[in-house]
Amino acid sequence: MSEFFVSTVLIATVASGVRLAVPYLLAALGETVGQRSGVLNLGVDGVMQLSAFFAYWTVLRTENLWLGMLAGVAVGLVMGLLYALITVVFHAQQGISGIGIFLFGLGFSDLLFQKRVGTPKPIKQLPKVEVPLLSDLPFVGEALFQQTLAAYFAVLAVPLVALLLSRSTFGLNVRAVGENPQAADSLGISVARTRTVAILIGNVMAGLAGAALVLELGIFQPNLTQGLGFIAVALVYFGAWRAPGVLVGALLYGLVNATVLQWKAQGIIPRGASDLAAMAPAVLTITALVVLAGRVSPPAALTRPFNRH
Amino acid sequence: MNKLVGALVPLGAALVAFAFGAIMLLAVGASPWEGLQALVSGAFGSGDRLAATAVKATPLLLVGAGITIAFRTSVVNIGGEGQIVAGALLSTMAALSLPDLPAVLLVPLVLVVGALGGAVWGAIPGVLKAYASVNEILSTIMLNLVAVQFMNYLLRGPMIDQREVENGTRIPQTERLSDNAALPTLIPGTRLHLGVPIAILVAIGAWVLLWRTPLGFRLRAVGHSPEAARAAGIRVKRSIVSALALSGSLGGLAGAVLVFGSEGQRMVTDGSSAGFTGSAGFNGIVAALFGGLHPLWTIPSSYLFGGLLTGATNLQRSLQVPAALAVALNGLVVIFVISSGRFRDRIDQMLDKRRELARALSSESDGEATP
Repeated sequence: MSEFFVSTVLIATVASGVRLAVPYLLAALGETVGQRSGVLNLGVDGVMQLSAFFAYWTVLRTENLWLGMLAGVAVGLVMGLLYALITVVFHAQQGISGIGIFLFGLGFSDLLFQKRVGTPKPIKQLPKVEVPLLSDLPFVGEALFQQTLAAYFAVLAVPLVALLLSRSTFGLNVRAVGENPQAADSLGISVARTRTVAILIGNVMAGLAGAALVLELGIFQPNLTQGLGFIAVALVYFGAWRAPGVLVGALLYGLVNATVLQWKAQGIIPRGASDLAAMAPAVLTITALVVLAGRVSPPAALTRPFNRH
Repeated sequence: MNKLVGALVPLGAALVAFAFGAIMLLAVGASPWEGLQALVSGAFGSGDRLAATAVKATPLLLVGAGITIAFRTSVVNIGGEGQIVAGALLSTMAALSLPDLPAVLLVPLVLVVGALGGAVWGAIPGVLKAYASVNEILSTIMLNLVAVQFMNYLLRGPMIDQREVENGTRIPQTERLSDNAALPTLIPGTRLHLGVPIAILVAIGAWVLLWRTPLGFRLRAVGHSPEAARAAGIRVKRSIVSALALSGSLGGLAGAVLVFGSEGQRMVTDGSSAGFTGSAGFNGIVAALFGGLHPLWTIPSSYLFGGLLTGATNLQRSLQVPAALAVALNGLVVIFVISSGRFRDRIDQMLDKRRELARALSSESDGEATP
């Protein structure tokens, strides 16, 4: 245990914690926008798997990381349009249709990978970008300012999403249709359009999350996310539907994951117990849900389709 | 509701999903027509294949019947995967500790213990929902993740076959379980085992429970309107726990059937939940939805999706199209069937209006003869 508190090890653990938090953060921020408009998307994990595959495949073919990220965004956009069709136009039950999206993403990305790639080949990874001056700071420099562009973007997205929701007209509309769609509708706000845009933002962020995940790893495999997208959905509850809360949650998850990995590497967690340690994120989520239940309340119209009567 | 519309609209939705399946086949460079042939002949083309389809359909039917109980109570159970694993683990432990019990006792024992394991794993999110207002969708998903890791831990550690340790191969699996626990084969030479008729009986039992017993009445009342149910003196919280425990118990039973109906007669993991369950926890939801959340309709529906799974194996063999296609296709079926509800309601309303109109017209022509 004492080796864990050596400063170099601690710094490396924090750095990898921040890195691991990135896909959680991107996906959960997007899901926050969607849920604030009253739409639950349980399909985040499926969208991430599909965008991860297309980002991987694009980089494999073109060796261009930007195009890879773009492919992830494009997948998010397409899946967002599909999900808007399902929930906003057809009023389908959101929990179940999200599982449909998940199964589709899981199966289709697996199918494409086996047929188009076959054996996993490593690709170019997202490079670390050192922030001038800040990266030279002791401790925090290495832990926080030698990350990938995706990480900086994810952190920057926190105030952006917070401001979007709290200060912009669009954010006001999102909150209105998420709390009381009837009232919003009577004020002339288009519930359908607002929710569609919120869903698109959510799915594009999930697409980015999948791309960031695979381009960070540099390799794809079927079921790459292993439930990460579902935990991202839970993080929205954890963060009480607010961007800063989601940031705290995502960082916590990243750090827990990084600590477990570090302890495994150091043998602090015996080999036999590593599967038990892998339960940590899910157990943490359940505990957090129990603690937070009743203290925070979801948007009043969450999962309720809007019918104008 | 018009029964014909209720049946035709989901069928139409499934056809749309299959049309997308054809597009997926094209996307991976296979002919959709040959794909369909391989799928259908692989699923229903011979006695052996029919037996394989029935075996594949069995866990889907068990989970699906459980799903109808939960969903009719307005409780969403996405924890089938975890409940299957919990049931499988507990029943495996029973078989490991009492291997010498005669088959006539051990087979029922492992099935009951499996159901018990699933019931406990299902009751946890039920209690959390009823008494701590924890969203059951999220908690059931998280419990899936926990169950998988726990299975990996047990099969790599305490429950591993000692020979795997001695040989150094360390395949995460139990020793071959007592033959007395194996589900008897019904037709020699095929894989058709006792679990197949049991699942059908269980589905019928779920129907009886929901529509012919006081408990089922209470569950459906809670599903219809918790407020009204509470006003009528029904204990809503207890009903929620019962619904999830019952739903989970059928998942657990499916887990026991998967272990003791398997060729290897042992429990083995590849590290993922799908590796053991074949995603039956999710596919059971698909089957139940397609069966209109009715336990009896879930029977043919499960056989259809079981057929899709065996057909997909054949697709892989003959056209080298990965069986993952079936997973993606199931996702699309969920999406389209659940989206079709609005069409169904619209068509229904339209038909109702026409019927009313016809009635009004006919009573007019009859004069004031009818009251």
